[in-house]
Amino acid sequence: MTTTGVRALDTERSILSGMDRRVPRVRVAVTVVGALIVLALGVACAGPLFWLFKAATSTSSETLADPFGFWPSGIHWENLTEAWTSVRFGTYLLNTLIVCAGTWFFGLLIALTGGYGIAILRPAYARVVSAAVLATLFIPGVISLVALYLTVIDLPVLNVNLLNTFWGVWLPAATNAFNVLLVSRFLQSIPPALFDAARIDGAGAVRIFWSLVLPLSRPIIGVVSLLTVIGAYKDFLWPLLVLPDPDLQPISVALPRIESSTDLGVFMAALLISVVLPVLLFLGFQRQFLRAAGSAGAIKE
Amino acid sequence: MVVLDTEPRTAAPPGTARRPRTPVSWVRGGGLTTLLFFLPLLLSFGMFSWWPIVRSLVLSLQQTNFIVTEWVGLDNFQRVLADPLLGTAVWNTTVFTLIALVIGFPVPLLLAVFVAELRRTRALASVLVYLPVVIPPVVAVLLWKTFYRPDEAGLFNTVLGWAGLGPYEWLNSGAMVIPAIVVQATWASFGTAVIIYLAALMTIRTELYESAEIDGAGVVRRFWHVTLPQLRGILLIMLLLQLIGTFQVFTEPYIMTDGGPENRSLTLLLLIYRYAFVSGDFGRATALSLLLALALGVLSAVYLWATRRWSTS
Repeated sequence: MTTTGVRALDTERSILSGMDRRVPRVRVAVTVVGALIVLALGVACAGPLFWLFKAATSTSSETLADPFGFWPSGIHWENLTEAWTSVRFGTYLLNTLIVCAGTWFFGLLIALTGGYGIAILRPAYARVVSAAVLATLFIPGVISLVALYLTVIDLPVLNVNLLNTFWGVWLPAATNAFNVLLVSRFLQSIPPALFDAARIDGAGAVRIFWSLVLPLSRPIIGVVSLLTVIGAYKDFLWPLLVLPDPDLQPISVALPRIESSTDLGVFMAALLISVVLPVLLFLGFQRQFLRAAGSAGAIKE
Repeated sequence: MVVLDTEPRTAAPPGTARRPRTPVSWVRGGGLTTLLFFLPLLLSFGMFSWWPIVRSLVLSLQQTNFIVTEWVGLDNFQRVLADPLLGTAVWNTTVFTLIALVIGFPVPLLLAVFVAELRRTRALASVLVYLPVVIPPVVAVLLWKTFYRPDEAGLFNTVLGWAGLGPYEWLNSGAMVIPAIVVQATWASFGTAVIIYLAALMTIRTELYESAEIDGAGVVRRFWHVTLPQLRGILLIMLLLQLIGTFQVFTEPYIMTDGGPENRSLTLLLLIYRYAFVSGDFGRATALSLLLALALGVLSAVYLWATRRWSTS
C-alpha cells in the first residue's frame, strides 16, 4: 500500500479507526447496527411516504377498513385524476409554482445585488447596512408578523394594498437576511486581486457584477436558489394571511381548507401530488441539498 | 458568531479620496451606481423588515380599527396579562418545548454519530434522514393527522391494536395532544439537525481520535472526550435555535387541532393569531408578540452568557 493510500484511510476515520474495523467483532457490530439504522430510517422516513402512495391509490373504504392492506381491489389511479379535476388541484399547484418562481427571482435579486454591495463595492454606509441586515437574523420573526401584515395591506408612501396579490407573498419572502449573508460571505472569500485587476482594466461596477461576480457566484446561486424555492414551497402562515382568495392560494393553504370536504382517497392523492415535486427535486439534487443544509449549519456557528 | 468583515481590503480608486466631495464627483466616482446596487436590498428590508419591527413597537401602544387610531399606553399589555388564556398558552408552549427538547435534541446527535461510522450506507442514510425535511410541513401535518385518527382506522391505533392496546384518542385527548404533535414536529425536522451534525463531525481532526486511541481510550470515551467537546459550539447554537423555533410553533397545532381539545394545545403563536386575525385586535396581538420576543431575547442572552462562562471555565 502506498503512503497516500494510508493517509486516505486515515482521513476517512471517525471514532472507529481503520484498525478497529479489521477486528471481526467490530466489523460485525458495525454492519449489524448500520443495517438496523438504515432499516429504521427506511421505515420511519420513507415509510409514511410509501403509505401515502398506497392510500392515494386505494379507495377510501379500503384504507379505512384496513390501513395496512396492499391494494385489495387493485390500484386506483382515478383518485389522482379526481384530485386534479374536481378539487381544482392543478390551480393550487400552479399558484405554488408562481409563488416559488417570484420568491426565487426577487430573493436572488436582493441577495446578489446586496451581497455584491456589502462585500465588494463597500461604500461608507455598507457597514451600517450589513449590521442592520444581520440584526434582523437575531430578532425573532414573531415580533413583526402582525405589523408586517398591516404594512402589506397598506404599503407606506405608496398606499398600495398587496392583499390577494402574489407581490404580497414574493416581496416579504424574498427579504431574507440569511441569503444576503450567504452571498456576501461567499463573495468575500474570492481573492480581491481579481476585482482589482478588472478595475484596472477599466471595468465599471456593473460590468464587474455582470461578467465577473455572476459567473463566479454559480455555486452560491445554486444554494440560495434551493433554499429559497424549497422555503417558498413549504411556507404556510404568510400565504394564509395574504392570499384569502381561494383562486390564488398555493397548495399549502388550500389543502387544510379542503380537507374536511374531500373524500379520503382523493385527499390522499392531493397530498401525494404535493410531495412528488419536492421529493423528486431532492432525489435529483441530493448532494446540493445536503451541502446546502450542512453549510447552513456552518454559518450558524 | 457571524460578523461580516467590512474593512476595506483594497485601496480606494485613485483620485476619489482627497478631492472635496460634491454630488457631481460622487456620481462620477461611481457612488450612484453603488447606491443603485443597494437599492433592492434597502427598499425590501426597509419596507418588509425594518419598518415592521419599528411599527410593532408603535402598534403595541395603540388601538386601531383602521378608521380611528388612538394611543392607549400600556392598555394592550394589561389586557394580554389579564387574559386567563395567556397562562394556558405559556404552559402549553413550555411543555411543548421541553418535550421537543427531550426527544428532538439527543436523537439527531446520536443518529449522526452512528451514521458517521457507516461506510457504504452513509449516503443512503443521509438521504433517508433528510427526506421528511423536504416534504411541505402542511402535507406532513395532514398526513400525520390521518395517522392519529382516533378510530380503529388510524395507523397508530391499528399497530397498537395488534398488541391489544387502544384505541387511543391521540389528538382528541387533552393529555396526549401535545406529545403527539411534538412527535410529528420532530419527525418533520430532525433531518436538518442530523445533516448539520454530520457535516460538523466530518471536520473533527483525526489526530484527536488517534491520540485518544494511543492513550487507550475506548469507543465510548472517544465519543465523550473527543466528539462531544469538538461539537460543543454547534450543539450549543442548535439547542438555542431549537428553543427559539419551538417557542414560535404554529403550523402543527393550528392544522392538527386549532388549539383543542379545550385549549390544551393552544400555543402562544396561536393566541397571537387569534387576537389579530380572529378578533381583529391588532394592538393586543402586537403586545403579546413583543412580550414573547422579549422573553426569547432574555432567554438567548442568559443562555449565551451562561454557556460562555461554562466554556471558558
